[in-house]
Amino acid sequence: MSSDTQVATPVRKTALNAVHRQMGAKMVDFNGWDMPVEYPSVGGLMKEHLAVRNGVGVFDVSHMGDIRIAGPQALEAVQRITMNDAAGMGIGQCRYSAMLYPEGTFVDDVIVHRMGEEDYMLVINAGTREKDVNWVTENTKQFDCKVENLSDNFTQIAIQGPKGVNTLQKLTDADLSQVKFYWFTYGTVAGLRNILIARTGYTAEDGFEIYVPTDEATSARVWNEVLEAGKEFGIVPCGLGARNTLRLEGKLPLYGHEISDTINVWEAGLDRFLKMEKGEFVGRAALEKAKADGTKRTLVGLESVDRGIPRDGYKVLDLSGKEIGYVTSGSYAPFLKKNIALAYVPVEQSAIGHEVAVEIRSQPVKCKVVPTPFYKRPKKQS
Amino acid sequence: MAYPADYKYTKEHEWLKVEGNVGTIGITDYAQNSLGDIVFVELPKVGSEIAAGKTFGSVESVKAVSDLFAPVTGTVAEVNEALNTAPEQVNKDANKTWMIKVTLKDAGEANGLLSAADYEKFVAEESGN
Repeated sequence: MSSDTQVATPVRKTALNAVHRQMGAKMVDFNGWDMPVEYPSVGGLMKEHLAVRNGVGVFDVSHMGDIRIAGPQALEAVQRITMNDAAGMGIGQCRYSAMLYPEGTFVDDVIVHRMGEEDYMLVINAGTREKDVNWVTENTKQFDCKVENLSDNFTQIAIQGPKGVNTLQKLTDADLSQVKFYWFTYGTVAGLRNILIARTGYTAEDGFEIYVPTDEATSARVWNEVLEAGKEFGIVPCGLGARNTLRLEGKLPLYGHEISDTINVWEAGLDRFLKMEKGEFVGRAALEKAKADGTKRTLVGLESVDRGIPRDGYKVLDLSGKEIGYVTSGSYAPFLKKNIALAYVPVEQSAIGHEVAVEIRSQPVKCKVVPTPFYKRPKKQS
Repeated sequence: MAYPADYKYTKEHEWLKVEGNVGTIGITDYAQNSLGDIVFVELPKVGSEIAAGKTFGSVESVKAVSDLFAPVTGTVAEVNEALNTAPEQVNKDANKTWMIKVTLKDAGEANGLLSAADYEKFVAEESGN
């Protein structure tokens, strides 16, 4: 598929690179990072995906970036550069948000973590690291706060799935039952003190992300201890392939696909994370105008009716064959066992049940608009 | 032996077994392994013509689409319909899971393809092992 053709920059590696290779992972270039896409040795993408839905999987997500904003006006700075309302967040709380251009389109989506009284951390995407750091630095100058790029300070390991909590609890003294979804705590993990443990993820399951020191030996030891702890729950290491299909089933947006610098918040359907009433922020005026002008296209979920897998970038046609939109992400969905896609289509063609076609190798393949998210995790039983 | 000696092979990783004027076509174990979990196979209709070196269908894993290239020229005589509902058969046994059978235009055409030993060498070079 479309691999990013980039200028020859040295490929970046996480501290777990050698571990992935030892485990026989298939490696790919992801936004300049040499990352595991799947682990054939444990059964591959499909097995990895199902492990996360039914048990637990572990991911190396150290390529994600982290920006700290701290100081007397840290909150004002965060409010200015993100669309969700960070006021009222408790210390230890996370909130999904996004940074916007003045046009109301996306710089990146982020998870805001409130670390302390005047201390916030934004977790950002790998492919947008430099851009994001520059953007934050540039747009918070007028505030009394310090911006720090912490991206290279952590090996970030995601332990995802309904058995993630049981797995991680074996390795930490922190009482994870007390950590609510989208909150974090600190605890000793695998003998390492003061480790940030966040109940966050990108799989549409319950799970945790832990931030450990980046030296290779420590990173490898923690990775292996997580695998060992999760053994009784059928844990498998998971690559970017499963990460993508898991997030697609849960309709979690991916930068460069569902969100980008040419797509605005209304179109992306992320307005539940947009707090227009919180006051001035970058992108607000344009979004106000865009709303008044009316949204013309919208992100919908599609499911193949005829045989065929809609994929990223494929054209969406109406039933007369006229081009009306495009697929942002599409794949076979391993848990749902269907061919699904997210696509931008005109608002008037977005009703649930409406039929369209996706052009697959010059042939129109009938698809219908379905409710999203495609997958929603079952409510916790207890 | 991952590659049966009585098959012929292409550099695009298809295998061909010739019996009389009938050629049976599938993809190699190396191909299924590189693709990963196969979830979709698209094959031509019975009666359609395929031409050596041209695509005749496609095979898709969860994350990738790969064209199928015809090892030889001929007319499609039979299609493995079971792959519509059980494409994972290709992962389980690539050597035995055929995709199409063709009536060969020229049975001698297969002689230009790779032998099992040559194919194995080619794959070793391609995968850098």
